[in-house]
Amino acid sequence: MNTVAGYNFAYLDEQTKRMIRRALLKAVAIPGYQVPFGSREMPLPYGWGTGGIQVTASILGRSDVLKVIDQGSDDTTNAVNIRRFFAQTAGVATTDSTGEASIIQTRHRIPEKPLGEHQIMVYQVPLPEPLGRLEPREAVTRKLHALADYGLMHVKLYEDIARYGHIASTYDYPVLVNGRYLMAPSPIPKFDNPKLHMNPALQLFGAGREKRVYAIPPYTRVESLDFEDHPFSVQRWDEPCALCGTADSFLDEVVLDDAGGRMFVCSDSDYCKTRQGAGHTGSQSPIPAEAT
Amino acid sequence: MNPLLRVEGLSKRFGEHIGCADVGFDLYPGEVLAVVGESGSGKSTLLKLLSTRLAADAGHVRYQITGRGLVDLAELSEAERRWLLRTDWGFVEQNPRDGLRMNVSAGANVGERLMATGARHYGQIRATASDWLARVELDPARLDELPTGFSGGMQQRLQIARNLVTRPRLVFMDEPTAGLDVSVQARLLDLMRELVTDLGLAAVIVTHDLAVARLLGHRLLVMRRGRVVETGLTDQVLDDPQHPYTQLLVSSVLQV
Repeated sequence: MNTVAGYNFAYLDEQTKRMIRRALLKAVAIPGYQVPFGSREMPLPYGWGTGGIQVTASILGRSDVLKVIDQGSDDTTNAVNIRRFFAQTAGVATTDSTGEASIIQTRHRIPEKPLGEHQIMVYQVPLPEPLGRLEPREAVTRKLHALADYGLMHVKLYEDIARYGHIASTYDYPVLVNGRYLMAPSPIPKFDNPKLHMNPALQLFGAGREKRVYAIPPYTRVESLDFEDHPFSVQRWDEPCALCGTADSFLDEVVLDDAGGRMFVCSDSDYCKTRQGAGHTGSQSPIPAEAT
Repeated sequence: MNPLLRVEGLSKRFGEHIGCADVGFDLYPGEVLAVVGESGSGKSTLLKLLSTRLAADAGHVRYQITGRGLVDLAELSEAERRWLLRTDWGFVEQNPRDGLRMNVSAGANVGERLMATGARHYGQIRATASDWLARVELDPARLDELPTGFSGGMQQRLQIARNLVTRPRLVFMDEPTAGLDVSVQARLLDLMRELVTDLGLAAVIVTHDLAVARLLGHRLLVMRRGRVVETGLTDQVLDDPQHPYTQLLVSSVLQV
C-alpha cells in the first residue's frame, strides 16, 4: 500500500518513539506498574485509542503484521481506521487473522485464539488507575501502590456482594500482577481475565489521556481479586454461538426484531469466521446454496 | 511492667506559635490517659504527634512493638507506621464523618481493617462485622445500610467498632463525645468504659469535658498554651487541683 508522504515511519518522530519505548522498558521491568510518559496529540480523539496507537507506533517495525480489533471485531470504525492509519503512515502489512498478526492492538477484547510468544498485544486504556473510583486523589493512590495497600479494592468487592449478592464488576475487573501491583486490565470483559495469566505474548497497555503505560511480560502471574467464599468466575451463556456453534467464546447479544427475537454470536469475528470456514454451523447459519 | 508508650520532650512549633512544648509521659498497657485543657491548648496537636500524623520538631515517641521492644516511631518506615495504624492502633475522630467511609455500608466500614490486613473470606468478615455492631449496641440488621442514614451517636459507635475490630492495644480519641446530646453521651461513655475494661485497651483521650475525663481517665494531663501544667491520678487532680489554671478549670464546671 502507498504510504502518505511527509510523515515519519508510523507517524510519530523517532525521538518520541524512543521516549515511549524507554517508558515501555520500565513498564516491562516492573509488571503492572504505571509508568508516566509524554503522551502526544494524535490525529484521533481521546477515548478512541490514543494511548494504544502511540504504543503501537513506537514498537512497529517494517516487517510487522498488524491486526486491530474493537470489541473483538475487525470491521468496526475504530478498528478499520487505526488499521488504515498504520497502513498509510508505516506501510506495514495488516491482517484480520489472529494467528498471522505479530502486533494486535485491541479495544475491549483479547482474541479467543491463544496467543504465541512471537506476538504483542497492545491495549487501549481509558482509565489506568484501578483505585481511581474509590480514591480520587492521585497522590494517595500512588502511595497505596507504593505500599501495596490494597484493602480498599476489597472494600469495593465486599460492597458489591453486600448489595447485589455477587461481585458486580463484569469488565475492567481488577487484577494483581506478579503478586505485587494492582492493575486495571482495561475494559476487557472479565471473561478475558484468565487469558492475561501466564500468557506467552507480551502485553502492553497505553492510556493516552492519562499519560500512562504499563505492561504484563510474557508468562507472568495475573490473579483476579476475589473472596475465598465468592471466587472469581467468568460469564457463561445458555446457548452457543448462532453462527459457528461454539460454546466457549465470548458472545454478543444481537436484537433481531421488536418481538423479543435475539441471537448470540461470537464477539471475536475472526474466530467465528475461521470456525465457519472449517464447517462449523450454528442455529442461524445461512443455508448452503446446494441445499436449497 | 514495661510502658506501652513512652513520650519524652515532645515539641512542635507552628512558626512563632507553640503547638506543644516539652511534653513527656509514660502510658502503660490498659491505662487510660485523659488530656484536658481549653481550646488551643495543644491537646489535638499532641494527639497528632503521638499518632505520627504530624512530625515533631523535637523529642521522641517510643512505642512497644511486639517482639521488638520500645521503638522510636520516627525511625519506622512509612509502611510500618501505616501497618501500626491499622492493626495495633485505633484513631477515633471527633467528627465520625472523618473516620468513616460514608459511601459504603456499615459492614464494609467495620470490615475494611480486616481486609487491609489480609482477610479474604466474605462470610467471616461479615460475621465479625455483625458481631461488632452488636457489641457497640447497633442493630446488626443494619449491616448493609450506609452510615449516612445513622444518627450522630450511632455513627460515633460505628467508628469505634471500625477501630476496635483488629483488637488494637492503643486507641487515640479526639473529643469522642463532642457534638452528641447529653443522654447519648452518657451511653457512649458507658460503652467506652466497658470496652476499654473488657479489651484491656490503653487509650489517650483528648477532651475539654472534665466529666469525660473523670469517667474514663485513670490519669489526667492538664495542658495550657502547649505545656503540661499538672498531671496525676484523675480523682486526685480533680478533687485537689494544685495549679491555678487547673483550679480555674475545675471551678468553671457548671453544677446543675
